This record gives sequence, C-alpha cells and structure tokens, in this order.
Amino acid sequence: MSSSVNLGDVTGVHKNPINVVQLLGRAFDARPALWSVASLALLFSAWEIAGLIPISIAFPTFSATVAAFVEMVLDGTMAHAYFLTLQPLILGIAISAVFGIVIGVVMGLSQKAEWLMAPVFIVLQAAPMAALVPLVTFVYGIGLTAKTLAVIMLALPVIVLNSYKAVRHANPSLIAMCCSFQGTRLQQIVKIIIPDASPVMFAGLRLGIAAGFIGVMLAELLITPTGVGDLITYHRSVANYAHMYAAVASIIVVSTVTLAGLQRFELRFLRPEKRKR
Amino acid sequence: MPQAVRSHVHIDAAATSDDPVVEVRGVSKTYADVEALRNIDLDFARGKLTTLLGPSGCGKTTLLKIIAGLIPASSGEVRVNGRVVTGPGPERAFVFQDFALMPWATVMRNVAFGLELRGVSPAERRRVAMQYIEKVGLAGFEDKYPHELSGGMRQRVGIARAFAVNADVLLLDEPFSAVDEQNRRKFQEDLLRLIEIEKKTFIFVTHSIEEAVYVSDRIVLLSPRPGRVSQVIDPDIDRSASPDDIRRAPAYLDTVEEIWDGLRQYAD
Repeated sequence: MSSSVNLGDVTGVHKNPINVVQLLGRAFDARPALWSVASLALLFSAWEIAGLIPISIAFPTFSATVAAFVEMVLDGTMAHAYFLTLQPLILGIAISAVFGIVIGVVMGLSQKAEWLMAPVFIVLQAAPMAALVPLVTFVYGIGLTAKTLAVIMLALPVIVLNSYKAVRHANPSLIAMCCSFQGTRLQQIVKIIIPDASPVMFAGLRLGIAAGFIGVMLAELLITPTGVGDLITYHRSVANYAHMYAAVASIIVVSTVTLAGLQRFELRFLRPEKRKR
Repeated sequence: MPQAVRSHVHIDAAATSDDPVVEVRGVSKTYADVEALRNIDLDFARGKLTTLLGPSGCGKTTLLKIIAGLIPASSGEVRVNGRVVTGPGPERAFVFQDFALMPWATVMRNVAFGLELRGVSPAERRRVAMQYIEKVGLAGFEDKYPHELSGGMRQRVGIARAFAVNADVLLLDEPFSAVDEQNRRKFQEDLLRLIEIEKKTFIFVTHSIEEAVYVSDRIVLLSPRPGRVSQVIDPDIDRSASPDDIRRAPAYLDTVEEIWDGLRQYAD
C-alpha cells in the first residue's frame, strides 16, 4: 500500500493509473498463465522492434513472419512440408522410445548388459552427430530411411542412458520393501522399479524427442532437401526471409507443443500424485 | 576390553523363553572388513514384544534385517516357527524406518500392497486393507497420497501394510525415528493398543531407552563394534495402567536408569 502512495507522490500522477496497475497485479496473481502470455508478448514485441530497426535486412518483423506463416498455411505448402517431415520424425522417435526404454531398462537391471552396451551409447551421446549424419547418406541414400536413421542416431542414446540411470537408481528401500513382502522379480520390476524410474525416464524421453527434432532438421538441411528443412533452405536462397523465419518458428512451436503434451501425458497417467499438488 | 567379558552374560537369560517363534543361533555378520555382529544367540517369545536396543553401530538393524531375510548372515542361522530362514517369508512382515511407501500410490494401495503381490483379488484386499486403515486411525485418508500425510501418519500406513498380510512376526526398524516427539508418544500408546488386539510377536529396533522400556516385554541390549548381546532385561511394568501412570511408575524409571547405566560406557 505505502509503496503505491509513494509512487503517486513522486511521479505526481493521480491515483487512477496506480489502480490500474494494482488491478493488473491482482489479475496476474489470480491467473498465473497471464505471466506466460506476458512473457511471449514481451518476446514478440522485442522481435517486432528488432525487425523494424532493422538489425539486419535478413531479419523480418514478427508481424511479417506471422503473415508469411498464414500465407503458407493457406496455400498448402506448410501442410505438405510437415507431411514429409513428420514421417521420419514420428517413425524415428517411436523406434527410439521403444528400443531406448527397453535397452535402458535391461541395462539398468543387468550388470552384464550394462557392460556390453553402456560404452556404445556413451560414445554415441558424446559424438558430434551432425558430422555423422552425412555418412548416413552414403549408406542409405536420401530417402525416408536416411532421415529416420538421423532421428534415431540423435534420440536413442539420451533415451537409453536416462532409462538406464533411472532404473539403476530406483529407491533401494522400496525394492527391499517389495522383497520383504515376497514380491517376485517381475513384480519388483513392474510395480516398483519402472514406476519409480518413470520421472527420469520421461525426462530422457523429452530430451530424446528434442534431439529427434534436431536430427530431422539436420537431415533435411544436410542430406535431402525436403519438408520443413527444404522450406527453410528454399526461402533463404530466394531471400524470402519472412517465410524462412515462419518455417523455423513453426518447427520450434511444434517441438514445444509436443514436449508439453508429453509432460501432461506423464502427469495424467503415470504420476497421479503430482497432479494433485 | 570389558566388552569381551560382558558378551558371555546373556546366554542363560536368552534360553529361558518358553515358546520361541524366532530363534537366532550363532549369527555373525561381516561386511568386507567390518564385523557388524558376532555370535548372536537369542530367542523371541511368541506374542511378546522384544526390543533390540543399543547405540548406533551396534548392528541392531542388521540383526533385524537378517531375521527378515533381507540380508544373509555370514554364519549361523535364524529359525522362524522351526524353519530355517533363507529369505523373506509370509510369516514375517517388516516396517521400515523410512516408511518405504510408494509415492505414486494411495494409502489404500500402499496398505494393500503385500496382498496385491500375493495375487489377492482387488475386492478382498480392499476389504482387508480398509480394516487395518481404520485400526491405525487413518479412516478417511485411504485415497490420499503419502506426500499429503505427516510423518506419523505415513508410518501408520507402513504399520497397517505390515498388519494386512497377517504375519506371525512383525519386525519394526526404528519405526518412530522419523516421527516428531508428540506424535511419537501418541504412536507408542496406539502401538500398545494394537499389540493388545492383534496378539502377534513384535521385534522392535530402537535407540530410545524410554521408548524401549515403555513398549517392551523384553529388552535386548547390544554392544557396538562388533555387535554382541550384552544384557537382557525383562521390565516388570504393569501395562494395564494408563500411559501417564506407566511413565511415572518407579519400575519404569528404574529400568530406564538400569539400561542407561549399561549403555553409558558407549556414549561419545
């Protein structure tokens, strides 16, 4: 209260504008989502201003980018590009998720499997994959297989390593509890270890999916000019920067929405206790 | 080495139990190069509450886990109802110091978990679990998750889970150490009431002398490094008195003092 009065005295402004600020403050307290909206509004305003200055002739304003996006949606180029991009992405992520979690869980449960496979995935995770993606082209050409492989190469190691660590660090006290009530090894894995490991496994899945998006973009930029990668390359080559940025921004939005969706899925189905918080 | 002399005192005291449900014979445990337990001989009488009491590092939890079958003894054997223990069994149930509740499961599922592992039908295990949820005073909380409960309430869940599998022997590993003092007293009183109703054998590990004297029919004092039985005490306390009267009774206070005299030498 006192601070608002002081503000009025110092600036010599009447009480009305301060009340507006207070009202806004209350609205923000009541609906925390407004903060996210404000954060985006701030980002887009900064983008618009930077585009108007302009900081570079290759940097379009936010409004021009949105207009280009709408245009590409309406003429169908966006839908066609995503049709091509999502195929290897979904295929690659599905394969990485299934095999990654299975391999990771097996490595977490068995010391021998860990010794056998951990070095491979640690090397794969550390390797600069962008340098290896062109090699895939030599072997598999420029089709769907090569793009899918690029996604798997980036997504699989992080999913495997997170699942493996999650299982290895499952709460020993809960495992002892399961033993003390004569749970079988299978019950121990299904009812204790996997639920206990699921938050870290899902963190790995989120990282893996983010890496999968990088993989498919790398493939489309480096190997085969198709899909969203082609939209970016093509519009850059013809200096159509608003369209290029629209394509880049769209893939960022798709990636973000996918990851947020995965988080919701996890809270909804795997960790019901977190939802209540 | 005064401890070496003390370790022989216990033998005839341990042998006097009439109907031992748990027999510990010559149990030793060595971890790598640390000797945790040396040649433990103990009998645990059916329907009684026996406390393993001692300073930290005396191996009391190790002994309890060997009886539970959660860790193997280096030598010697444990028999429960005459059968040698090779692992956990349905006649024993364990209550964990850190509660060991599944955070993703409700109170109901946690309490019923032992039955779930045995393949009991959902309706039946709900019925049995509900009965024990009520007995430990958690009625109305069955759909809550562990993080929504206080420490004391979480351990009530752990105790209800152990009761629900209808074991003969309940093994409690410092069950109240993570519970605050007020709740601990209430909890001890509730435990005595449950023991009265359930007629089971309890083996209880604690480092609190008062707690041991308050709840126990027999107290086994362990000496540290390596753990050995140093003394066996049968407190002569009238359990039918009110909790406040018990805590003021001369027999209670004398026993606390007697144990403290035995343990004083191990205090830092």
